Amino acid sequence: MNGAPGTPSGAPAPQRRAALIDLLDRLLSGGVVLTGDLVLSIADIDLVRISLRALILSVGEQNPSARTISVPPGGEPP
Amino acid sequence: MTARSLAYAYAVAQDAPGLRSALDGLTGVLREPVHLVRPTRGGDPVAAVSPVPAEDFDQAALAAHLEDLPWLEALARSHHGVIEAIARCTTVLPLRLATVYLDDDRVRSVLDDGQGAFLDQLSRLAEHVEWGVKLYVEAPAASQAAPSRAPDLSPGRAYLHRRRAEQESQHDAFRAAEEAAERIGAAAREHGAGRARHRVQQGELALEPGVNVMNDAYLVPLDHAEAFRADVLNSTDGLTGVRVVVTGPWAPYSFAAPGPAGETAP
Repeated sequence: MNGAPGTPSGAPAPQRRAALIDLLDRLLSGGVVLTGDLVLSIADIDLVRISLRALILSVGEQNPSARTISVPPGGEPP
Repeated sequence: MTARSLAYAYAVAQDAPGLRSALDGLTGVLREPVHLVRPTRGGDPVAAVSPVPAEDFDQAALAAHLEDLPWLEALARSHHGVIEAIARCTTVLPLRLATVYLDDDRVRSVLDDGQGAFLDQLSRLAEHVEWGVKLYVEAPAASQAAPSRAPDLSPGRAYLHRRRAEQESQHDAFRAAEEAAERIGAAAREHGAGRARHRVQQGELALEPGVNVMNDAYLVPLDHAEAFRADVLNSTDGLTGVRVVVTGPWAPYSFAAPGPAGETAP
């Protein structure tokens, strides 16, 4: 595969095994949601996501100090 | 009687000479071989698909499975493995986890119908990588010895004293995190990076120490990828109580779906 045409030259080396939480951030809220002849509808995926988030957040609720910081946008896209 | 199978779609991608060999021998969900589906009239884009058993992936079964964390993790890692393999040789548009169709023909019709939009998306994402950027405020050491419902509140003043010190230290750490976030924003502007936000990570899967206060993804032009990463890693220089973690490079998961999920590049 190395050097195959289309390989972005200078691509950063792949990371070590991804943490599950980082993966789920991307797989459950990122990615293209296609409509059409889906067996599982978007609405159902959202429901799954909500219940899963509830699971993930169950311990975090014990930490009332958790808060997010508000920052200016990270830069205008090119 | 053979079990009915469905078509699990991982990604839409720009075809490339190396793509076929990248998928040669590659297995996806439940170790089924991954193959390409092409539009009816050929050409771009292509979709990466593998068969999955209907009994595990019909609506009811899937809804139940996705609540099962080990099952979900296996699915997520299989999905990610295919995305990574494709991303190594061409531009990839990852699909949401568990995008399942009745058969390859249905996938083909989605490619046919969405051809223009897919190609637009792919050209926007070409030669870019995604970095995950997380900021953590270190939990003050004293608070671990002071649970929120401490049974011994009797030495009231000592307690209040300690709490105030903790709060001030946390306040300083949040100020430091804001400063780091501003520096990261400046780096993003300098390197032409677009941003998408994820909710902060909490709960039993959040294994990093400290309190996650920012969980962003940046879409960075490939030729700025390492410089941006270096700037982000330097964003906490001289600041105390705040830590930055960079993950990736990722395929552009967080930038594949413009909309409420985050601010995306146009």
